[in-house]
Order: sequence, then C-alpha cells, then structure tokens
Amino acid sequence: MLTIKNLHAEVDGKEILKGIDLEIRKGEVHAIMGPNGSGKSSLASVLAGRENYTVTQGEVNFDGKDLLELSPEDRAREGMFLAFQYPVEIPGVSNINFLKTALNEIRAYKGLPAMEAKEFLKLTKEKQQLVEFNANLMNRSLNEGFSGGEKKRNEILQLAMLDPKLGILDETDSGLDIDALRIVAGGVNKLRGPEKSFLVITHYQRLLDYIVPDFVHVLYNGRIVKTGTKELALELEEKGYDWLKEAEVHV
Amino acid sequence: MRNSNEIIDDIANKEYEYGFTTDIEMDIAPAGLDEDVIRFISAKKEEPEWLLEWRLKGYQAFKKMQLPKWQHFDMPEMDFQKVSYYAAPKKKKQLNSLDEVDPELLATFEKLGIPLNEQKALSGVAVDAVFDSVSVATTFKGKLKEMGVIFCSFGEAVREHPDLVKKYLGSVVPHSDNIFAALNAAVFSDGSFVYIPKGVRCPMELSTYFRINAQNTGQFERTLIIADDSSYVSYLEGCTAPMRDENQLHAAVVELVALDHAEIKYSTVQNWYPGDKDGKGGIYNFVTKRGICKGNSSKISWTQVETGSAITWKYPSVILQGDDAMGEFYSVAVTRNKQIADTGTKIYHLGRNTRSRIISKGISAGQGENTYRGLVQVGPRAHNARNFTQCDSLLIGNRCGAHTFPYIESRNKSATVEHEATTSKIGEDQIFYLNQRGIDTEKAVALIVNGYAKEVLNQLPMEFAVEAQKLLSITLEGSVG
Repeated sequence: MLTIKNLHAEVDGKEILKGIDLEIRKGEVHAIMGPNGSGKSSLASVLAGRENYTVTQGEVNFDGKDLLELSPEDRAREGMFLAFQYPVEIPGVSNINFLKTALNEIRAYKGLPAMEAKEFLKLTKEKQQLVEFNANLMNRSLNEGFSGGEKKRNEILQLAMLDPKLGILDETDSGLDIDALRIVAGGVNKLRGPEKSFLVITHYQRLLDYIVPDFVHVLYNGRIVKTGTKELALELEEKGYDWLKEAEVHV
Repeated sequence: MRNSNEIIDDIANKEYEYGFTTDIEMDIAPAGLDEDVIRFISAKKEEPEWLLEWRLKGYQAFKKMQLPKWQHFDMPEMDFQKVSYYAAPKKKKQLNSLDEVDPELLATFEKLGIPLNEQKALSGVAVDAVFDSVSVATTFKGKLKEMGVIFCSFGEAVREHPDLVKKYLGSVVPHSDNIFAALNAAVFSDGSFVYIPKGVRCPMELSTYFRINAQNTGQFERTLIIADDSSYVSYLEGCTAPMRDENQLHAAVVELVALDHAEIKYSTVQNWYPGDKDGKGGIYNFVTKRGICKGNSSKISWTQVETGSAITWKYPSVILQGDDAMGEFYSVAVTRNKQIADTGTKIYHLGRNTRSRIISKGISAGQGENTYRGLVQVGPRAHNARNFTQCDSLLIGNRCGAHTFPYIESRNKSATVEHEATTSKIGEDQIFYLNQRGIDTEKAVALIVNGYAKEVLNQLPMEFAVEAQKLLSITLEGSVG
C-alpha cells in the first residue's frame, strides 16, 4: 500500500526527515509516536504534498504509483487522506457543498459520473451517524465557528465520506476531551477494514487505547529509532522519550 | 507541480472572452466637444427644445469643472476633445419590430448570450439592448404595457412620455453634480427608461445590456427608473466591450426614484474590457448612480458585481428622504492585473427611522488595487436612524492592495451607526486543505472566493447569480499567490 524508502526532506533549508523507511500493508494500522519536533507532522505533510517541504532523497510508492510525482490533489484522488491537526475554516462554503465538490472531483478522476443528489444525501446521513456528527453542522460554513472537537469529528466524517485507501491522522487527539476522543476513535474503528490502512500520528499513548495499532514506530530527530507492537506505546508512556536520546547515540 | 508564479502568469494571460468587434455601418460624429456637437446629437435624436437647453446647461457646468483629486489612484489624463460623442448603427427607417433589427446586431448580442429574440429570451426577463450609444431593441414591451409598465429606450421616453422625463430627469443627479455627470448631461446618447405605475409589481426582471463597439467613442447612457406608490421593480444591467489598445470612457448616469412604499432593486454585473496584463487599454468606468427614497417606507437596494474595466469609479448612493425608508448596498469588486476599483456608496439619512445596510467585499489579485470608499451621513431630523456597514477585503498574492475609507457623519444623537471591517488573504493553508480533499487549485480559489462573496451574490436575481458566480471564477482563474 505505502512503501517509504530512505526519505529525506527539508523545510527552509533545514533537514527535518533524515531517512525514513516504512512499509504499511493493506488493512494495517501503524502508529507513529515521538516527542515534539521529532518530525511526525512533517512526515504527514510530506506525504500529502505540502508545498514548502522539499524532498531531497528517497522514494515513496503508494499503491503502485510514485507518490512524489503526484500533485497534492492527485494524491488525494488516488486515495490518500490526511486528517489535519489544525483543520482550516472556509467562510461562506457550506460543509455539504464542500463535501459534494470533493467527492465528485475524486469520482471524476476515477472516471465516475457525479453522484446523484439523492444518493449523496443518503451517504451523508449514513456517515454522519457513523461518526456521531451533528447534522446541524452540515449546512454551516466549513469549520467556521466549530469547536475543536467538532472540527476533528468533521475530519473523520470527511474520511468516511471520501473512503480513502490510506487515512493519515495527524495528532487527531490533540485538544480533545475524553468523550470526543472516544467518539473520534470509535469512528475510525468502524472504518477499519481489510482494504483500508491507517497511519496514526500521536504524541500520547492515550489514543492508542482506543485505536489499537498493529505496529508502533518511534520517530526521533527525523528517523524511526524503534519499531514494535502496541506494547511499545505503553513502554513509552511509562518511560517518556528521554531514554531515546541515549538510544540515538548508539544507532 | 506548478508554482504560484506560473499560476499568476496564467491568469494574467487569460484573454477577455468578449473582446470581439462587430463590423457594422455606423453613424459617427467627428471627435471633439463643443456646443455644435451637442446640438448635432440633439438634432439627430429629434429632441424637444427643453432637452437641448438642459444639455447645454450640463455642458456649461462641465466646462467649469476639474477632474476630481480625492480618489485613491492617479487620475489618467483624459482628452475630452479626442472622443467621438455619438456613434449609432446606421438604420434606414424606424424599426417596428425585432425582425427589422440588423441581423449582424442580433448576432452580436446572441454571441454575448443576450438573446433578443423573445421566444428564446430568459424566461421572466425583459431586455433593452444598447449598442454603442443607441438602444437597438427592447423585448417584451407589449406584455409589460398591458400592466402599465413603461420600459423603453430613453429616446423613446422623451418622445412618448415627455412629462415624466421632464419631471424626473436630473432630479436625483443634477446636471452639475460632478464632471462626469455634467459631461453625461451634455452628450448622453440613449439608455433605458422605466416607469412602474402605482400598486404594480413588475412581473419580470427588467434588464439593460450595454455594448461598446465603435473605436474612439465613449458611451454615455442614462437610466431613469421611477417606481410609483407601492410598486416594485427589479432591474439588472450588464455590459461588455471589445479589446482595444486605447482606453475608452464610459460615463453613465443612473437615477432612481422610489415613491411611497415603493421598492427598487438595481443589480449590476459589470464586465467591461479590463485592459491587458500590462494595464494597456480597457474601459474607464466613471459612473454616477444615485437613488432617492422619496416616499415613506420606500426602499432602494443596489447590488453590484464589478469584475471589468481598467478603472472603476462609482459610488451608487441612496438618499433616504422619506420616513422609515431603507437603503442597501451590496458589492463585490474584483481587481486583477493592473485594474483599479475605487468604489463604495453614500447613504444620506434624512427621514426618521431610516435604515441602511452596506456589505462590501473587495477582492484583489495580481497588481490590482481595490478601494472601498463610503459615506454614511445622518441628518438632524433622522431620529432613530440605523446603519450597519461591513467592509471586507480579500487579498490574493502579495502584489495587490486593499484600502478602506469609511466616512461617518452623524448629526442626530439617537442614530446608531456600526462599521465592521476585515482584511484576509486566501491562505496557502486553505488551498492545501482543499487540494488534500481532491480539489485542484483553480476550483479551490473559485470555491473560496464564491464563499467569501456569497452574501452579496445571494442578493442577485436567481438567473444572474449563477452567471455572476461563473464570472467570478473565470475572472480569478489561477490567481493564487
């Protein structure tokens, strides 16, 4: 599904990813943990194709395609979805209009006709319930005046609607109280399946109590310094990240 | 991936869609302006003596006036002697029906998407088409006449309804109001005239479509709309011009009169040729628009979508004379390349309990300059007057400018005047977010801009709101910085 080999990237001339190797197979859930500034969110940005990141070395293969050659919109259309840490607000553009536009752009890329209004409404209703999204927010401007929890839930709703092959959750748990966290994680769990993979980026182990990963990777200073199963997350919770600094010396 | 500069270049090079010319035999007055030219125009139009005198008064005022200096741009030099003040498609005899209009002219309007053929016309819209200086066709006249609605060219109104014209001409915008209004009074060619009788709700949208075609001419049309007691009318104007290297002057005057309980809704979708990417050519759009809510509980609402012209200089205003009268101004102005827009409104609260609402949305891209200039004046008698102004600017790229000059003068303590202003940039974050959902950059900009302008676009009549949305998207295609 996603194969990252020796990925180096910089922003403003500063190297921020220093050789990442990662393989995510169909249906797998991988978690990336690490201290602040370790490059977690940068990895998400580079994968999604944010303009100010420059890839200097390495390759990324996404379901048979050279990901780095694709524009951000084509990456999305190929089935890569990034749930943003800070979703933007777009005044005057209703949530539903935005979702319809996005859905139909992706369908057009795949050679499918625009979705019929009736079918679209049915799909929206179904997915809304899945992620417990307040129907009143559908006609409001995209994320405008949404609470932090509503914004994050909206990200998961979009994920559900657009049905990607790979969902990247960039610190989706940040700023969520425990109830909101449970709902968001519950939504993701319902979307899990043999055809869908997830890359869950988080600072805290807490989220992984709800979304149980197949693999946990620890990112430190632009490199993956440790890979394990969900027990690694618990170990990190207990020990913190400081021991990594010592570990890094030996890598 | 394309970078921002490439995208900006794209938009700059995007050609103006309506830039063709029509080859047609014209009656053109020689360039220059003096009393003889004014007499020539008046004679050509077989006008009564009183109108000629009014024109000459306008000319006398014009001669004494200077170009204004307060606008937020360098006023280009204008040689009023180089312009021809009369150009009309040659016609051999009086036209009795649309079938007799020159097919070349009909084809031109067809090409612009303005079908003058009544069977094909947009349902519920009557159109008056003005080509260069002359009204060439008005649709649905008969149907409107049944209800007592007069909708015709200005020239025809002078002939058929002289009392109405005499009573209201210059009553809102006097012949000496400003230099461009004075010039218009002296040389105005044609335009549209509307009268809605007492108690009549005009059954269809009325629309005028202006087209400048001839070279070295200006266009000086005049529109006069009178809504009698308890009547209602919705009126729309649209305009285009060919691409030419020289600048052409458009100095129109619009006067609206709303009597007791009457309502006039006036919408403009302005798409004159804006000049090329280096700012060469384009229309100088210096227009005076003003309405008076003469009667109690009357209402005038201006909505404008301004995407064209090299320079736009216009401030559609409302005088709220009657008690409980209401004035509104909704505006979207877009500038790109080297376009300049200095636009806004003036609202004069004179009557008691008068209310006004101003929503202005400026969008600047490329090296465009966008200025909002507004005046809200509350007179001593205007007890409980209320105004709300919201004035937003959206910047695309980093070479454009947005400026706001709001003036508030209140002489009544019971008045409430509110002003809100914001400036924002289309953020890379917003674009990236939409990209990440599979929406390309062009569509993303269109989505953001239309969302931003929604409050104003919602004011347009249905058929035109869709057109305006498309126009905004096309105008700003690729303008991301």
